[in-house]
Amino acid sequence: MTDQYQSKLVIPEAPFRPGDKPDYSFMSLPSPNESIKPDCMADPAEMKDLAYGMVRVLDDDQHAQGAWDPQLSIEKLQAALEYMVKTRIYDDRMFRMQRQGKLSFYIKCLGEEAIAVGQAMALQFGDMLFSTYRQQGLLFVRDRGLVDMMCSCLSNSKDNQKGRQLPTLYSWKEGNYFSVSGNLATQFSQAVGWAMASAYKGEDHIASAWVGEGSSAEADVYHALLFSAAYRAPVLLNVVNNQWAISTPQNMASGGTTFAARGLGFNLPSIRVDGNDLLAVYAVTEWAAKRARSGGGPTFIELFTYRAEAHSSSDDPNAYRAKDEWQSWPLGDPVERLKIHLIERQQWSEEQQEELEANLTKKISQAWKEAESFGTLEDGPHWPLESMFDDVFKDIPPHLRRQRRKLEM
Amino acid sequence: MADANTQDKREIPYVMAINEGVHQIMQELDDTFLLGEDVAGVGGVFGTYRGVLDKFGPERAIDTPISEKGIVGLAVGAAATGLRPMVDIMFMDFLGVCMDEITNQMAKMRYMFGGAATLPITVMTMGGAGMSMAAQHSQSLEAWLIHLPGLKVVMPSTPYDAKGLLIAAVKDDNPVIVIFNKLSLGIKGEVPEESYEVPLGKARIAREGTDLTIVALGRMVYEALNAAEQLAELGINTEIVDPRTLQPFDTDTVIQSVKKTHKAMVVHEAVRFGGMGGEIAAQIQELAFDYLDAPVARIGAPFSPVPFNPGLEQAYMPNAEKIVAQAKELLDR
Repeated sequence: MTDQYQSKLVIPEAPFRPGDKPDYSFMSLPSPNESIKPDCMADPAEMKDLAYGMVRVLDDDQHAQGAWDPQLSIEKLQAALEYMVKTRIYDDRMFRMQRQGKLSFYIKCLGEEAIAVGQAMALQFGDMLFSTYRQQGLLFVRDRGLVDMMCSCLSNSKDNQKGRQLPTLYSWKEGNYFSVSGNLATQFSQAVGWAMASAYKGEDHIASAWVGEGSSAEADVYHALLFSAAYRAPVLLNVVNNQWAISTPQNMASGGTTFAARGLGFNLPSIRVDGNDLLAVYAVTEWAAKRARSGGGPTFIELFTYRAEAHSSSDDPNAYRAKDEWQSWPLGDPVERLKIHLIERQQWSEEQQEELEANLTKKISQAWKEAESFGTLEDGPHWPLESMFDDVFKDIPPHLRRQRRKLEM
Repeated sequence: MADANTQDKREIPYVMAINEGVHQIMQELDDTFLLGEDVAGVGGVFGTYRGVLDKFGPERAIDTPISEKGIVGLAVGAAATGLRPMVDIMFMDFLGVCMDEITNQMAKMRYMFGGAATLPITVMTMGGAGMSMAAQHSQSLEAWLIHLPGLKVVMPSTPYDAKGLLIAAVKDDNPVIVIFNKLSLGIKGEVPEESYEVPLGKARIAREGTDLTIVALGRMVYEALNAAEQLAELGINTEIVDPRTLQPFDTDTVIQSVKKTHKAMVVHEAVRFGGMGGEIAAQIQELAFDYLDAPVARIGAPFSPVPFNPGLEQAYMPNAEKIVAQAKELLDR
């Protein structure tokens, strides 16, 4: 080895690990007034800065500022707050049920509620959602029944997935919510295909797909970027950067830049947005949806947020990340931020917040009781054994009929 | 167990046996390194790599981006330089994502390079159902792998074999896929503290018997042992063969057993149709047809994806009761 030899193996490290004191002062957060808002049909070359900056609307005092302010009505803002609180209370209840052994598994989205809620509100009901397991807010905005969601997690006799899927990996055809996959990122290409078909059929529906920043490492994401760009598919490709993929920090997948920057190489409008700012999330999604519906094709969006809870009920974040990271997170708590925004505008109060939380807690408790009346995970009733052979194929072939008969014996 | 000559027979769980094997082989061979999703920071989502990062540092215990194809491709490239990558693919189901690297690259490269490439890669993965993990995290896909010339495939059932086969796999100069079983992680068994190898390609007689041969794969060995106890009460003396390595398969041990018992059954957790059981049954009838008193019986999962619901999943999985029922039918002929 000569002295000129410079190559060195670099292993990216998490900014903080257990025992460290989190300090995010290294993070540069632009103010809401710094981001330009281009025309929704503008050339991607004119908006490259959006991939490296961060679209924000709520400033540090939670006042709405800047070009991206979507000017939502008070009713809409209050509705958004309600959906977010509902998501949080539902998650909390379900997670506790998991801890009590009534569910075998659960995934919360604590701290990320503004993303699913803001995006679902900015989309239309006919738009197809290709979600991960951490956008349960999409379902609340589309008003899926609480009891149905719980029955799906309980895998009981009323489970629309017939006892076949993990809790939180919902499927809801009537709500245009594509079945969530347990294998990561597969939905990205599927969303592009769905969007291309929509365009081919002359429909005005678009698709929206999500992956985490961790699973953005899967090749599916690059297939989707390229295909969507090549065919100008009407699709929103969203990367939720919540900093952690189970124990793996975001810089393992980022290559040292923003995730949004990746879209630029495919000539896509690529925007990074404060994912804890409901107004900013709404505004960017509305802009991208309008572009897609107008024939402008795909937009690549990075939603910058923080995963406040464990990845799932199966891991303990204290084993791999510093305590108080969320408390130190410079972009705050999305629910608190929207609440303060409304209170500052004198359109909400702490009393109203308490009342809302109490009402939703009660509703969710009642729904749980009702859901359990259709069966519990441990004692059932669940779907009958012979149903295992349904849906393997469209029609049951003779050899499966024989297997089913044997099972019934 | 083969060489249990120590006084205090130490018993440790399957998960610890894997962990110990990883530590010892990485200690012994400094051209090894571990890579995969969550293997370093948390020591693997199943705890199999706990402590590896602390002991060997971040250059030998490498957390990767979530890209199975990238991980296996990296291993192929690094192995070609002479290193010994130990790759973790968290769930066997995720092999789907890296199957091109496995099928068309890793398994064939030595052959297609005219013998010039050596790829001592070990891919460790977790298979099997029974933990309510649904159809995309519970499969037994070994039949995909045994069909690929160039690839060795092992499936340890006991803690002893988990450690010994893993060490042998890493030392082997061919790519080896080690299929662990997630439901067996807590199962305890005797494991020597020192490093040892269980030779690849050698089956083990898990129970000696005279009336019936059961070839059981992976965790099904325990179900077969349980069934054998029930059958013993009926006066049926069952011999159980644990192949341990599926590719190359130890046909001789199976044939010798069948020649003694004249009746054979194959049990695996994978879907019965197209499973390894068909291959084993075919070999038995080719090589021991004249010794057989009955057709070879096969037990596997129904032809449907693994359900999530625990009740449905239990009904879906092969178990001791199903083995006993099938054995009675076989012996009644």
